[in-house]
Amino acid sequence: MDHPIKRDHARFRKIVKGKIRDNLRKYVSHGSQIIPKGTDKFTVPMPTIDIPRFKFGDKSEGGMGQGKGEAGDPVNGQPDPNGQPGQGEAGEGEGNKELEVELSLEELARILGEELALPNIEPKGKKSLQSVVDRYTNIGTVGPDSLRHLRRTYKQALKRQIATDSYDPENPVIIPIRKDFRYRASDTKVEMQNAAVVIYMMDVSGSMGDEQKEIVRTESFWINLWLKSQYKDIEIRYIIHDATAKEVDEHTFFRTRESGGTLISSAFNLCKEIIEKDYNPNEWNIYPFHFSDGDNWSADDTKLCMDLLDKVILPVSNVFCYGQVESRYGSGQFYKDLVTKYGQTSDKLILSKIKNKEGILDSIKEFLGKGK
Amino acid sequence: MNRTKPITGELLALKEEIEGYAIKAGLDFFPQIFEVCDYDTINILAAQGGFPSRYPHWKFGMDYDQLSKGYAYGLQKIYEMVINTNPCYAYLLQANNWVDQKIVMAHVYGHNDFFKNNAWFSNTNRKMMDVMANHGTKIRRYMDRYGADAVENFIDKVLSLENLMDINELFETSSLKRHRQEQSDQQKIESQDDGYLNDDRSQALKSFMRTKARINKRDEPLPKKEDDQISAERPLQNKSKDILGYLIQYAPIEEWQADIIGILREESYYFLPQRMTKIMNEGWASYWHSRIMTEDALDSSEIIDFADKHAGVMAMSRQNINPYKVGIELMRDIEYRWNRGMFGKEYNECTDMKEKHHWDTKLNQGRAKIFEVRKSHNDISFIDEFLTPDFCERQQLFTYKYNPRTGRFEIDSKDFLAIKQKLLSQLTNFGQPIIEVEDGNFMNRKELLLSHVHYGVDLDVNFASETLRNLYAIWRRPVNLKTKYEEKEVVFQYDGKEFKTIN
Repeated sequence: MDHPIKRDHARFRKIVKGKIRDNLRKYVSHGSQIIPKGTDKFTVPMPTIDIPRFKFGDKSEGGMGQGKGEAGDPVNGQPDPNGQPGQGEAGEGEGNKELEVELSLEELARILGEELALPNIEPKGKKSLQSVVDRYTNIGTVGPDSLRHLRRTYKQALKRQIATDSYDPENPVIIPIRKDFRYRASDTKVEMQNAAVVIYMMDVSGSMGDEQKEIVRTESFWINLWLKSQYKDIEIRYIIHDATAKEVDEHTFFRTRESGGTLISSAFNLCKEIIEKDYNPNEWNIYPFHFSDGDNWSADDTKLCMDLLDKVILPVSNVFCYGQVESRYGSGQFYKDLVTKYGQTSDKLILSKIKNKEGILDSIKEFLGKGK
Repeated sequence: MNRTKPITGELLALKEEIEGYAIKAGLDFFPQIFEVCDYDTINILAAQGGFPSRYPHWKFGMDYDQLSKGYAYGLQKIYEMVINTNPCYAYLLQANNWVDQKIVMAHVYGHNDFFKNNAWFSNTNRKMMDVMANHGTKIRRYMDRYGADAVENFIDKVLSLENLMDINELFETSSLKRHRQEQSDQQKIESQDDGYLNDDRSQALKSFMRTKARINKRDEPLPKKEDDQISAERPLQNKSKDILGYLIQYAPIEEWQADIIGILREESYYFLPQRMTKIMNEGWASYWHSRIMTEDALDSSEIIDFADKHAGVMAMSRQNINPYKVGIELMRDIEYRWNRGMFGKEYNECTDMKEKHHWDTKLNQGRAKIFEVRKSHNDISFIDEFLTPDFCERQQLFTYKYNPRTGRFEIDSKDFLAIKQKLLSQLTNFGQPIIEVEDGNFMNRKELLLSHVHYGVDLDVNFASETLRNLYAIWRRPVNLKTKYEEKEVVFQYDGKEFKTIN
């Protein structure tokens, strides 16, 4: 029998997933744990249930630290609410020392999928991409000893002995000779695969600050990770726009800050061009993502956007995802317009509002949770 | 199922060796038992507060989830667990290398000595291993009888209030004495009809057997209390910080519910001294592992490994105080100062910095002083009495706070008084808000009035409202909380339907 804590653990997981004890659901917080990998850092979801207690509110009160520095110098990171002396009821544990570990991207994707309970994607369209793979499905008469197929070899020897009448059922001794030997051999196969393209569009007008971009960056990293785990071959294109749109590389995408007005249609137009030029919707799974703070220049332009969505983008895409990052300056009007037109839930269009960094995981779940 | 096993062979010999050094150093400890286990088991033990058997509850599963993820993804690793019991149990990770085991053992003897001698631990139950296991059995039995969900639900509500403790309850208060008296009286009465209790079996076992006996008597109808009889019992004025204790006495709850509150309350109070002496306890244990290792136990080939491990544990953080680091440095500072007589009127009034720096009366009371300190202080009095401006400067301590202009946390002050005040306020009431029952018959309507003793930091209102909701589920009449919010006196109320502010 396993330790009883495994039952507690299973119960905890069920509560977190919302299967039992619905009244605890509102206390579940989807925290995350940062995992350093190389020079970058990844976060792994680490859900907790916070039992409500009387506790001090204002964490901006600050705290205490130790180290070099003068008044006014920044203290990296946030105070850890669990790090105050005198907290925690465990016995005395010897200091926690950080260990280094290598996590592959596949493992990270698996963790993400597991934690968010993401369904696997069912690709649409026919498989169009060819790739060549060798599989050991054949049998040959020559080969290295390490690939010798014992069962086939003995079978062959048995056949020969019966044919030559040297087999005695009373004394069934089978001795393979050189020419009985059989070996596993490879077959070369052409496999067809699904191909996918992700087109990211981001509003970089003046109202999108660094924090908003950071959110988009983090979110698109995880989305890429998941889609990469689902499609063997994936292309990623980036478009930035303010009043005009242009295609850029990844580096520019996340670091550009423009100013000025916003015409979302410019991005949609460019997206349309890219699809028409490079991606035949019969062969490709197409995922356009658009991130903005929801401010568009005019109602006319919004109408133009809807037109483009209706006529071109939606019909060819697996799903179109719109993520609205909350910003102090944005009105959030575009989201409302989309909801009015397509409703909160639609087959081809997924809408998500991302309030702050904590909202990222929920938003990813909204985008990818449908398995499209 | 045996997940841990006693140490044998080389480790046992090592234990004897380290124990010898500990005795030589003058440490005074309970008999020490070491067991080894794998990482999964140590995660389980840590999740359960060090105890192999606890009542069933998802929160242990949650802690286990985090510990095992932390271990699997390489974020942290627990080297050892030590429990405040007599004999003192400590669990070592099987995979520790030889030097780790040495450090850990030496460290454990420090904790063991602290548990045995520090005054705040004097009333903790050293047979807690049995008590916890019995609590588990009791709660499982209640789950069989009343349903797992119902019992778990109730436990959740009680856990919501678990941090509202009165540290005075750790000592022999008059009410505690009265309680003891009542208990022993009752025991005498009970032992008349339950003859088997009159032997030398442990208190925990007896309490357990009594419950069993009570449950067996369940078929007889219990004398039902009349409603107004309960209200008559409710005192008009009875201030208490021991909220759970208060609820056991006055809330309109069933016997099993009262028993569960009692169980959780007992466990909370058991852990309280550890929460109150984190800095001292870790400082003391680190001081001794460092001494024992460097003076006796260390082989010269192990010195680099030791230095590496020790430095890892002592790492300073800019976001938080590392109790190990502050604790060990303060212990060493006290020892140094008392060796050289650097305290008292004459020293304090000396204005010549050079003379002060070279002050040495050859007093040599350092060792004796730290032994005395570990006996009588807790973290608050420890910091209050021994933190010096000099120490703060040497340890590069600072306070920081959020700067809304730059949107980041910045170093606020390196001033001694500011640091000391910040530390003390973090430690006050073991870091929890001070909440007391003010009135059990508020508005003359059997409502409960709690008041928050406000020392400058507001409560988190969202959490407070949810907590009141849980409290209501136990009190079953409107519950009120008097506090200060954004500079104003307010009373929050939850009346079973909505959460509102009354003035």
